[in-house]
Amino acid sequence: MKSTIRIVYIVLISLAAAVVAMAIAAIVLGILGASVTQTFKIILTEPLKDIVGITEILVRAIPLTLVSLGIAISFRSGILNIGAEGQIQMGVIAGAAVAIALPNMPKFLLVPLALLAGTIGGALWSFVPGYLRAVLGVNEILSTVMMNYIAVQFYGFLLRGPMIDPAELQVGSGTPQSVRLPRSAWIDRIIPGTRLHWGIAIALVLALVVYILLWRTTWGFRMRAAGASPKSARYAGINVERCLLMAMVLAGAFAGLAGAVEVTGVHRRAIEGISSNYGFSGVVVALFGGLHPAGIIPSAVFFGLLLVGADMTQRMISIPANMVLVLQGAVILSIISAKMLINDPYLYDRFARRFASGFFGPRRPKTPKEGGA
Amino acid sequence: MTNTKDKIYSLEAKGITKRFPGVLACDSIDLSIGENEILAIVGENGAGKTTLMNILMGLYQPDEGEIRINGRTVRFRTPNDAFAAGIGMVHQNFMLVPNMTVAENIALGSRDFHKFLRLDLAGAKKRIIEISERFGLPVQPDTYVWQLSVGEQQRVELIKTLCFGARFLILDEPTSALTPQETEELIVLLKRMAQEMSIIFISHKLAEVTALSDKVVILRHGRVVFSGTTSEQTPSGLAALMTGHEVVLPKNESSEECGDVCFELENVYAKSDRGYMALDGVSFSIRQGEILGLAGVSGNGQKELAEAIAGLRKIESGRINLFGKDLTNMRPRERIDQGLGYIPEDRNSEGIVPSFSVKENFILKDFASPDFANGPFLKLKNGEQKAVELKEKFDIRCPSVTTPAGALSGGNIQKVILARELARNPKVLIAVYPTRGLDMGAEEYIHKKLLEMRSQGTAILLISEELEEIMNLSDRIAVIYKGKILRILTSREASMRSIGLLMAGITEPMAMEAGQ
Repeated sequence: MKSTIRIVYIVLISLAAAVVAMAIAAIVLGILGASVTQTFKIILTEPLKDIVGITEILVRAIPLTLVSLGIAISFRSGILNIGAEGQIQMGVIAGAAVAIALPNMPKFLLVPLALLAGTIGGALWSFVPGYLRAVLGVNEILSTVMMNYIAVQFYGFLLRGPMIDPAELQVGSGTPQSVRLPRSAWIDRIIPGTRLHWGIAIALVLALVVYILLWRTTWGFRMRAAGASPKSARYAGINVERCLLMAMVLAGAFAGLAGAVEVTGVHRRAIEGISSNYGFSGVVVALFGGLHPAGIIPSAVFFGLLLVGADMTQRMISIPANMVLVLQGAVILSIISAKMLINDPYLYDRFARRFASGFFGPRRPKTPKEGGA
Repeated sequence: MTNTKDKIYSLEAKGITKRFPGVLACDSIDLSIGENEILAIVGENGAGKTTLMNILMGLYQPDEGEIRINGRTVRFRTPNDAFAAGIGMVHQNFMLVPNMTVAENIALGSRDFHKFLRLDLAGAKKRIIEISERFGLPVQPDTYVWQLSVGEQQRVELIKTLCFGARFLILDEPTSALTPQETEELIVLLKRMAQEMSIIFISHKLAEVTALSDKVVILRHGRVVFSGTTSEQTPSGLAALMTGHEVVLPKNESSEECGDVCFELENVYAKSDRGYMALDGVSFSIRQGEILGLAGVSGNGQKELAEAIAGLRKIESGRINLFGKDLTNMRPRERIDQGLGYIPEDRNSEGIVPSFSVKENFILKDFASPDFANGPFLKLKNGEQKAVELKEKFDIRCPSVTTPAGALSGGNIQKVILARELARNPKVLIAVYPTRGLDMGAEEYIHKKLLEMRSQGTAILLISEELEEIMNLSDRIAVIYKGKILRILTSREASMRSIGLLMAGITEPMAMEAGQ
C-alpha cells in the first residue's frame, strides 16, 4: 500500500510539474496575445495528423537522440558538455568536406567515411575543453560555450569563403552554403516523399550501444564512478581525469556524428543554421530522458513534436517558433523542481499521511495537497 | 509568532509512533524531561533517535502519540511551530556559512535582525554578547566562521540557537566532530547551561552520557528499552542495554612476535592544500601482523599522510616502500595492485560512491579484474554473487544488494567498505578513523575484524584520535604532532597520560615524568 502512495505521489508531482511548465508557457503566450488553448492544441496534435508531420518529428528526433546520448555520457561522468552546438557544426564541416572531396568513391564506403569524419570532427572539437578540464582544471561549462562561438564563426567563414558553392558566386545570390554533396554520400530516405532517412537506425543502435557502454562495461563503470563521486573513484584507483577527457571526447563524437548524419541525410549540403539549436535542445532532451537511453528516445520524439508543432503555430497562427525555447526552459525548471520535491522525505511523509487518512480514515476538512512544483 | 517567553519546565512525549515503508521507526515511545534536567537519548544507528528528534522538531508528524509542553498538548506542523514553542536544535552537521562572520551568520537566520534591505549587525552583536556573557560562551562576533575550530563553530551554533530564543535545547550527537579536549569543555558548558534550561542530548558515546546527563532513555529498534536515572548506570551497563548484549571491546592481547618489516616510510615530506609542509619528515615502519597506531589530534598531518600513502598527494621528498618495492612514484591503481588496502576518513565521499548500489561498491576496486569482467564487459552475475556472499559474511543490513549504498546507515556503510577491503586480502591496510561516529556495536565489530586481519599477517596503520581505540588495538603507538612523528612507543610503554601529553606536543621527559 505504501508503494501505491509513493507512485501516486510521484505521478502527482510530475503532473504538477507539467502543469507548471504549461502555465509558464501560457503566461508568455498570453503576453503575446495568442490563444493559449489553440496554440497548445496545434503544437501537440497538428503534427500528428499526417505522415509528413510524423516523419518530420522523427527527422528532428534523430539528431536530438544522437546529441543527447553523448550529453548523457558526459553528464553521467561528471563533465557538463554545453558545447554540442559547436561540435555538431564541426561534424557537418568534416562530413561534408570528405563527401565533397571524394565524389567518385562507392556509396558503401563514402557514407561511413563521411560519418566517421564528422564523428572525428566533433570529437576533436570537444577534446580541447576536455583536455583543459582534465589537465588544467578549466571549467568545462565556460570553455564549451566559448568553443561554440568559435565554431559558429569558423563555420560561417568556411561557408562564405573556402567551402562556398562556386555556382552561388557566379550565378546565384551568394547564399552561404556548400555545393551539393555527391549522391554517393547520401543517406537514403526510408519513405518516399518524406525526409525520414536511415539515420534513425543509427540513432537506435547507438542508444543500445550507449546503454551497454555505461552499464555493462568496465569503461562505463569507471566513468559513472568518476562522475558520481570523484573522490571515492580516485581512492579506488580510477584515473578520474582520463574518464573526464574520454567522456567529453565521446560526447563531442556523438554531436559530430549528429551533424554528419544531418548533412548527409537531410540537407545534403552544408547550410547556415544547420545545427538548429539541437546542441542546446539536446541538453534538455537528455535531462528530460533521465540521462538514460531508454528515456532519451521518447524524450527526443517528444521534443521533436514540440519543434514541428512550433513551426506549425508560426505558419498557422503566427506564433513565433521560438516559443518552443520558452517551453524548453519551463520544462527544465519544472523537472529540477519536481526532482527536488520527489526526493524530499518530509514532504512525502506529509503527503502520505494526508493521503492515508483521506482514504482509510476519518476525512479531514483539508483536501490533500501535493505541494505543486 | 506566539513567542511567549515562558520557561519550559516540562516536556513530555507520550506513545510516539512513526511508521515508514517496511520500518517501524518509533514504537510508542514515552519520555519526559523536567525542569533543568539533561536527558540523554542513546541508541545504535538506526534505533530511531533521529526520527524521534525530527518529530519533536516538527519535521515529521507522529502517526500516533502526542507531545506536551508544560502539561499542554502541542502540535508541531512545521519546524517553525516547534521553534515558536521555544525548542531549539543544534544539528550534527553545522549549518554555518564559512565566509561570513559570526554576527552575520546569526543575523542571517533571524527575522529580528532583518531590516529593510540590510541586516541589523549591531543588534545581532549586542544579542550575541549578551548571550555569551550570560552562559559563559566566549565568542568574537566579528571573526569569520572559517577561522574557527570545530569546537568554536559548535559554540557559535549554540549561541545562534539561543539568540533565536530557544528555551529548550536538543543536541544531535554534539561531540561527534570534537577532539577529546573540546568534548570536555562542551560537557562543562552544557552542565552550566542546564541551570537555566532543559537539554536533550543524543549520543552513543556512553562515557559522555554518564558524565553529563541526569536521566537516560535507551532506544533499540524504535522502542524504549530502558528509561531511568543515569547515576545508577555504568557505561558498560548502558552499552549492554543499548546493543542487547554484553559489549566487550576486543583488545590486542596476543604477544606473538610480528613478522618482517613490510611497509616503510622514510623521511616523507608533503605539503598541505594550503601550501605549508604538512608532513615534516615522517618515518616509520610496520611489520607483518602488526598494528601501528597513529595517535594525534586531527589536523596534524593525518589526512595528508593517508593521501600520500594512497598516492593521491604528491610527496616532496622521501620514500614509501612496500616489501622493498618503492611505491613513491606509482599511481593509486598500481599501489592497490601491490596490496595496499584503505579505509578512508570520510566514508561517504571517499569510501563509497553513494549513488552506486551496494553490489557495485563491493567491486569498486576490482570491476576490471578477470573475476568480474571479461575483457571490457562486466560479469554482472559474478558481481551479484560476490555481493550476496559479502553481505551475508559481514552482516550488512540492507534491503538488497541493489540498494544505493548512500541510503545505508553509517555503520553499514563502514561495513561495506570493510568487506570490500578485507575481501581483497591486502598486505597493508591503512585505516583512517575507522570507527568515527559509529555506535558501540559497530565499533566492536570493526575492532574484531582489524585484529583478525592482524593475526592473518596484515600490517595495519590505524590512524585515530580515540586514545582508547589506539591503546586497545595497537602493538606500537606513534604520536604525530604538527607533521612530525614525536615518538614511537610500544604498547607496554604507553599510557593514556603519556600519549595524551605527546598529542599536545609535550616531549620533555621532565613533563612526562611529572605527568605520570
